[in-house]
Amino acid sequence: MALAKLKQDTTETRLSAMQMPEGGHWSDAARADALSRVRMMGLPTRRDEYWKYTNPTTLTDANGPPAATFDMSDESQLFGDIDRLKIVFVDGVYDADASDPLAMEHVTIARLAEAGEKDIHWAKDMYGTLEIDGQSPVERPLAALNTAFASDGILIHVTGKAPKPVSMIYHHSSDTSDAILHHCIKLESGAELTVLENGPAAARFNKCMEIDVADGAAFHHVRAQGRDHERRAVTHMFTRLGANSTYKSFTLTANGVLTRNETIIDLRGDDAIAHVAGAAMGDGDFHHDDTVFITHDAVNCESRQVFKKVLRNGAVGVFQGKILVQPGAQKTDGYQISQSLLLDEDSQFLAKPELEIYADDVACSHGSTSGAIDEDALFYLRSRGVPEHQAQDLLVLAFLAEAIEEIEDEDIAADILSRLEGWLVRRR
Amino acid sequence: MLEIKNLHVKLEEEDKQILKGVDLTLEAGKVHAIMGPNGSGKSTLSYVLAGRDGYEVTDGSAKLGGEDILEMDPEERAAAGLFLAFQYPVEIPGVGNMTFLRTAVNAQRKARSEDELSAADFLKLIREKAKSLKIDADMLKRPVNVGFSGGEKKRNEILQMAMLEPKMCILDETDSGLDVDAMKLVAEGVNALRDEGRSFLVITHYQRLLDHIKPDVVHIMADGKIIKTGGPELALEVENNGYADILAEVA
Repeated sequence: MALAKLKQDTTETRLSAMQMPEGGHWSDAARADALSRVRMMGLPTRRDEYWKYTNPTTLTDANGPPAATFDMSDESQLFGDIDRLKIVFVDGVYDADASDPLAMEHVTIARLAEAGEKDIHWAKDMYGTLEIDGQSPVERPLAALNTAFASDGILIHVTGKAPKPVSMIYHHSSDTSDAILHHCIKLESGAELTVLENGPAAARFNKCMEIDVADGAAFHHVRAQGRDHERRAVTHMFTRLGANSTYKSFTLTANGVLTRNETIIDLRGDDAIAHVAGAAMGDGDFHHDDTVFITHDAVNCESRQVFKKVLRNGAVGVFQGKILVQPGAQKTDGYQISQSLLLDEDSQFLAKPELEIYADDVACSHGSTSGAIDEDALFYLRSRGVPEHQAQDLLVLAFLAEAIEEIEDEDIAADILSRLEGWLVRRR
Repeated sequence: MLEIKNLHVKLEEEDKQILKGVDLTLEAGKVHAIMGPNGSGKSTLSYVLAGRDGYEVTDGSAKLGGEDILEMDPEERAAAGLFLAFQYPVEIPGVGNMTFLRTAVNAQRKARSEDELSAADFLKLIREKAKSLKIDADMLKRPVNVGFSGGEKKRNEILQMAMLEPKMCILDETDSGLDVDAMKLVAEGVNALRDEGRSFLVITHYQRLLDHIKPDVVHIMADGKIIKTGGPELALEVENNGYADILAEVA
């Protein structure tokens, strides 16, 4: 079927401004395949149902709007006290000097940009494959675009318990940077890894992460998307979970004019667990979209989505979350909650929770609420001598607590909490 | 301590006059009780004094220790020494009871230019006060009032009062929803705080509570005014005969 003219024009205009990285070797075929899929699907436009609440235009234009960098001096370095293996990108370009050596026990790490020369069988068999699986039943053309054009990324193979987290730090330096990164993470049976991500990355950032979690393996992910008010980001996390495996992901988003985070999880093996949580705080020109698609393909799996947004001064929050329970996926335990705290009447929360269930012995629940700050609670706190702004901060943190509690590591959770508190103080 | 003169208050939204000229003077160290039928304005008086939104003072004044409190924010009134024990304490999910109390104690100390309590000192103090109110460690850890029974909520109010050490305590129907034992426990908590520098205004429907917290003065409030003032015997009269006689006598 021919694409609508708008979609075709959008796609060709974007593609004409792009160049596929040279010397990709084994990834060439995957990239060529992804490019042809982009052409077939076309890039998203406002007319797409899946982009009804978020205008993708600035993500698909040949050039994104410029974004100034933000003065970092008043912020503590996130995860600074956590023992971690640092991998630093500046505007999507790997910074070898700032990064740690790419090696640790039970883990092999390579860069996508250098992997062409190497014979990395596991990555060769994986690159783009989870992304392809994630294109059905809903198309995600910006992820295919990423697979085709990613300039770099990190390939991580984990065979045991990683001694410390891998920490990706994305600095933003140029006002017009347009970065595309693609990471692949493969956890062998029984392996464990935590990945931390933070930083505003680029003026425009398209990031894709494919995660293959084998039987009994555990993957933890904590991300803080920063801070630069004008930055734009679209991210996809594609995950496949084996039997008895665990996936836990938390994302903090504070500011950023446009963020679309897509999480696609396929529970393939029995007794697997997937938790995905997010806390977003927006002030003013802020649009944050969490789009989640969880497929239960096996028996006795648990999935949990907890998303909270605090919005003010006209900020917009979007949640599209779906749980699909396939035939035979009995004993599924699916939970989904999306809530917003609207601190004024100008802000908006748009939620589209969906359940689609083809098995008869499952427990699935979902809820979505939108509300103002509880005036009775606010008065109660103030009547005990807590100043109004401090009382409001306490209630905002209380609202976000359920999402933050999803972070298992206490030190990491404390870091995220202090970032939140810093944001609240600065926004007073 | 507390001086209320000719206080007139209406509801902001409904343009309905609730208080129609309340006069009340409460000296330091004294306990005054206010009794009165439903809808007489007792709770409104407590909310207006504490600074809740939704009320408009159309006339009169209220002073605490000589300072006009009606223009102050609720937190300023608290720092000035006013405390309202709520009839319906508010549940605040996600805010730990201990965090809340420590924030409140230190905010008040800061407002009065005193040093903040260290974590260790605070912990020592709260354990001591909680023990006498039979509040266990679990209640201190839980979110503020969430899942507390009626009695636990009221004990938690008294614990806050004990920690904040206010000069002027207003108890709004603290006996409502309490069984006899719980009421005794709460009353003991209040009595332990009685001091020559501290005054109490006890709002209640029933004489019962006043058996345990002995008032110096009893006021009867009806239709937005104090219509009769007397000694403790006035509460007994209400208990025996209801409000009808007093209302008739005044009319």
